[in-house]
Amino acid sequence: MSFFTEFRKLLSENIREYGMYIALFVIMAFFTVATNGLFLSPRNISNLINQTGYIAVLAVGMTLVIVIRHIDLSVGYLSGFLGALAAIAMADPRVIPNGLNLPAFVVIPIILFLGILAGMLTAFMVAQLGIPAFVATLAGWLAYRGALGLVTAGTGTIIISNEIFNALSNGFIPDISVASIETLIAVHKLTLLIGALAIALLIFGQVRDRRTKQSYNFEVLPMNMFILKLVFLSIIVGGITWILAGYNGLSWTVVIVLAVVIIYNFITTQTVLGRHIYAIGGNPEAAQLSGISVKKITYVVFGSMGMLSALCGIMYASRFKSATTTAGQLLELEAIAAAFIGGVSPAGGIGKVIGSLIGALVMGSLSSGMNLMGIDISVQYIVKALVLAAAVIFDVATRSRSK
Amino acid sequence: MNTPLLEMKNITKEFPGVKALNNVSFQVAYGEIHCLVGENGAGKSTLMKVLSGVYPHGTYSGEIHLGGKIQEFSGIRDSEKAGIAIIYQELALIPEMSVYENIYLGNEIKKGLQIDWNETIKQASAALEKVRLKVNPSTKVKDLGVGKQQLVEIAKALSRDVKLLILDEPTSALNEDDCENLFELLRGLKEHGVTCILISHKLREVIKIADSVTVLRDGQTICTLNAKKGEVSENALIKNMVGREIDNIYPSRIRLQSEKVVLEVKNWNAYDPNLGRAILKDVSFNIKKSEIVGFAGLMGSGRTELALSLFGNPDGYQIKGEMQVKGEKKHFSHPREAIDAGLAYVTEDRKGDGLILIQDIRQNITLANLREISNRGVINNNLEVKIANEYKKNLDIKTPSIEQKVVNLSGGNQQKVSLAKWLFVKPDILILDEPTRGIDVGAKFEIYTIMTRLVEEGMSIIMISSELPEILGMSDRVYIVSEGRVTGELPIESATQEKIMQLATN
Repeated sequence: MSFFTEFRKLLSENIREYGMYIALFVIMAFFTVATNGLFLSPRNISNLINQTGYIAVLAVGMTLVIVIRHIDLSVGYLSGFLGALAAIAMADPRVIPNGLNLPAFVVIPIILFLGILAGMLTAFMVAQLGIPAFVATLAGWLAYRGALGLVTAGTGTIIISNEIFNALSNGFIPDISVASIETLIAVHKLTLLIGALAIALLIFGQVRDRRTKQSYNFEVLPMNMFILKLVFLSIIVGGITWILAGYNGLSWTVVIVLAVVIIYNFITTQTVLGRHIYAIGGNPEAAQLSGISVKKITYVVFGSMGMLSALCGIMYASRFKSATTTAGQLLELEAIAAAFIGGVSPAGGIGKVIGSLIGALVMGSLSSGMNLMGIDISVQYIVKALVLAAAVIFDVATRSRSK
Repeated sequence: MNTPLLEMKNITKEFPGVKALNNVSFQVAYGEIHCLVGENGAGKSTLMKVLSGVYPHGTYSGEIHLGGKIQEFSGIRDSEKAGIAIIYQELALIPEMSVYENIYLGNEIKKGLQIDWNETIKQASAALEKVRLKVNPSTKVKDLGVGKQQLVEIAKALSRDVKLLILDEPTSALNEDDCENLFELLRGLKEHGVTCILISHKLREVIKIADSVTVLRDGQTICTLNAKKGEVSENALIKNMVGREIDNIYPSRIRLQSEKVVLEVKNWNAYDPNLGRAILKDVSFNIKKSEIVGFAGLMGSGRTELALSLFGNPDGYQIKGEMQVKGEKKHFSHPREAIDAGLAYVTEDRKGDGLILIQDIRQNITLANLREISNRGVINNNLEVKIANEYKKNLDIKTPSIEQKVVNLSGGNQQKVSLAKWLFVKPDILILDEPTRGIDVGAKFEIYTIMTRLVEEGMSIIMISSELPEILGMSDRVYIVSEGRVTGELPIESATQEKIMQLATN
């Protein structure tokens, strides 16, 4: 079989899995051409990632919620509300009446903990009282909207002056200084180093995985396709690293999002907890009879959603260096859209964390690209609608084909 | 002889990688009851889907003639118009709607833009009369038993001037009485010019009712047998279905006489708050080591509820009574606790609450015992693969790989996956609820062989079954359950079909 036909075969067999990567690639390529390369400029990519970060974090949590056949509409305003609490806690009492002047490293854990509590409250209504998640979280949507209004009523927008806090969504990791090459290339060296390390780990992991699979006589990619995959992945990671290194290097947002995605990806694919979550999504009755506590898992999943909402709220407030009276508005729907674009099944049981990250990047790229092209915001919504619909149509079509 | 009502000629239907139907020809004469039999995966359902337009014209090759005319259905609506109606195993009624709304659903009688409800009720009553079902047409379908619901489905078909009625496993959820009624009705319909195709696994029924039988095997027509010529017999059918003669499908085994009681249940009562009534009344029984205890009874007699109430009570019944597992008093509040105490429960409904269809074989097998293959919550993938492959080999699960999604397996192989999952928890007491429902003769024999092996190795098995030959062939002892009570206990030596039926209808 020639290289090309083998490539086509691989693509058509795995179109479901690779589809969204291809979509992201096509979208980015299109905007790069349409903006004469402006889209792919280091500054724009860096901005795009920082703007997508807080949605990606929400989308990761939402993935698990949808996998266990629920939904959470409350997360947008919850993150807005928790962001406002963070702003108040850090504010100077001379400026903001209830300000506590607490340092960021005290405030952040407290806010994350409050997020978990909020998620537990949702889980209590869903798992214990049996209220459908749509209704329970719609109530949460109303309540947190009101709560956000209350805490910002006297002050309006609360400006955040804590620099450590603001760096979370605007700052970059520090660089190492190597005097001898400082003058040669004006790039962010630690970022390059991390990128190189990531590529090495990636190749090492993939090769090891392939070996293990071979030892079980599982089907693996033919050698030339395997190398192609490695080259492709290395180019992507390397390319992004290079672009980012050319601006200010890795932002803290990238670090946070990657940490969240890596941890959640590990949990969903490698742990008992992950299996239990997907089992409940696939068939709750069978899961229950297999000794899995559906209630417990519901608490865990909504608790994690609450914690990630808090993280989103922190990143959002940090991004805008303030807590506004409408913070977090509609973020829940953006997260849900990102999850669906990323291949999460509305019927439950199917969906990957990494898919949702890609989904969030697709949404972010669309906004960023169309902004650069000067497209009217109303038109942007319609384009996003088409992309969302196309993603789900694609999902349904490829699924019915595989039957 | 005249032209047949239905003639399917040289039908071939391919799926990616599989030829589901290979040059199948199938003829049904006017006014006969024609049974279609074959092992799971033989192509019965596919053939009926081709006939009813689920697989539209163009996706298969071959010809369909109905009443002498060639038909090219592009969907179910077309085949309905031509007078074909299919009644599936899983009933397609809407539980919250009334009987008359269901009968005319999709075929509403209109007066202008409005539905003419009075006329609808009148005609629905007439249709119900035809199927001899005496219920108020305003009753909600959910308030009827399964047997009656099936009659409503038939009434629905009749209301559309059906010429050819196809019933897919109609009796799998019915008790003996309902079955008898259904057959009576089918014979009656014959006189009204309705022709029937009946798909069934229960060969005795087939012998009882069929005018002719077509046997499919591996996507091919093997033969068509005629009842009037005396060609239809159990042996002939089995021989043609599996391509071999099975002398005795119940394997012989060494009966280990043990007096050690592993499970003892005393005065067990359960009340279902959802139904608002008592479902188990004063049930007492015991299970000894290395024995297979059959629980016989009619559908709905409370045997599944009994199993659930013992197995951690997931449906939240209110329970009174005493249970001892291996001499220790136990009270389970979640299936997990039951599993930990050494119980396992293979459910009656594999697809509904047994397996996770969208996941692969490997994930299904290990689901109930992930603890054993994980370390601090992290799964050891290599160990998991090894274990799944062992069970695949031991139970002879026929699949290219353990990465195969369970939804793609045949019923028999799904049942083996279900069994593997519960054997992996290494239970002392295995509860099997209808272990061979809806699976073919070959797979049945394999399941029985596995059961035999397990009890010889010291496991105790509770086998809930509605098939009397299976109860008699496999059990060491039989309890008979009727309306939530144990109405009798028979040692296998003195158990007969007649005695069991008498106690079951008690």
